[in-house]
Amino acid sequence: MKLLLDTLSTWAVPLLVAGIPLYALTRKVNVYAAFLEGARGGFETGIRIVPPLTAVLVALGMLRASGALDGVARALAPLLDPLGVPASVLPLMVIRPLSGGAALGVVGDVLRSEGPDSYAGRLVSVMCGSTETTFYVLAVYFGAAGITRYRHALPAALLADLAGMTAAVVVVRLLFGG
Amino acid sequence: MGLVWTFLVVAAVATAAFTGSVAALTGAIAESAGKAVTVSIGLVGVLTLWLGLMKVAEEAGLVTQVARLVRPLMRRLFPEVPADHPALGSMVLNLSANLLGLGNAATPFGVRAMQELETLNPRKGVATDAQALFAAMNTASLQLVPATVIALRAGAGSRAPAEILGATLVASACGVVVAVLVSKLLARLRIGDSP
Repeated sequence: MKLLLDTLSTWAVPLLVAGIPLYALTRKVNVYAAFLEGARGGFETGIRIVPPLTAVLVALGMLRASGALDGVARALAPLLDPLGVPASVLPLMVIRPLSGGAALGVVGDVLRSEGPDSYAGRLVSVMCGSTETTFYVLAVYFGAAGITRYRHALPAALLADLAGMTAAVVVVRLLFGG
Repeated sequence: MGLVWTFLVVAAVATAAFTGSVAALTGAIAESAGKAVTVSIGLVGVLTLWLGLMKVAEEAGLVTQVARLVRPLMRRLFPEVPADHPALGSMVLNLSANLLGLGNAATPFGVRAMQELETLNPRKGVATDAQALFAAMNTASLQLVPATVIALRAGAGSRAPAEILGATLVASACGVVVAVLVSKLLARLRIGDSP
């Protein structure tokens, strides 16, 4: 199973890059012209993402530098410890939706200090793999479409993160023991 | 979003004043702004490549065929999107790329889907129910192969770096289910309709 999935993710991109034009050729598509026509929008879209991403990343960078995130993690620690979330894992829960790079940093720290096959090590792995950098995703997707009012997308996304992390605690305890 | 953003910024400055780290803020502000540009420009390459390939796939009829496979599911999730609308194809491609852990390809597909959904939007700039649901599903990130995490575990000397695959899939499936349920519920309640 693992081998199958590994092979799948290794081969998927090269196969798609070669397979799509090949299939299109058999359908008599003018492959190169179509590619250039579609690709033209790439640069413009990338530039369009700059303003919303700047706004979001600056706010999150400020939060990190101010120590607010560490403060939240410290305040939550006594509440979550009895629920099976060790204090070393908590910073990940706070930072995961905000910064992908910082989240990987926390995962690396826990894997090094407590070992990848410890409870905390498995928990950070599952939490990190099963969630996304919510604020970044929202900034990029909505930014590219020119959306400034997110309506209920933010609460829904954050609740989904919380659900994924809660499920991570439950599943890791069930599968590997606490 | 203006409210959330202002709150985050004000909270950061207030905390910094409290913890005495105001000096660090100035540096963080400039650094983050620079990072936003690096990240966006870094996206240009993959955006260009995959938007080009997607156009090729579209003209060959591949996108419609892929979309047709999961049409019943997509119709239930996004009832307000017309059955033959290009946004459905882009959304299916984005969700499949995410599932396979192909983040590089998933972002361009998702960006394209969001722009196509915007053509259906009567109130430009205000997220529709479909856009909010699609965004929330993306942040929950259902994936079969969390490649980065597995690599980190292997690097840290794990006996079984990939043993977390099943648990990760279950946890992220819970996230997606909650994303869908909460989005549908909040859309019905029309919460967040005012700015």
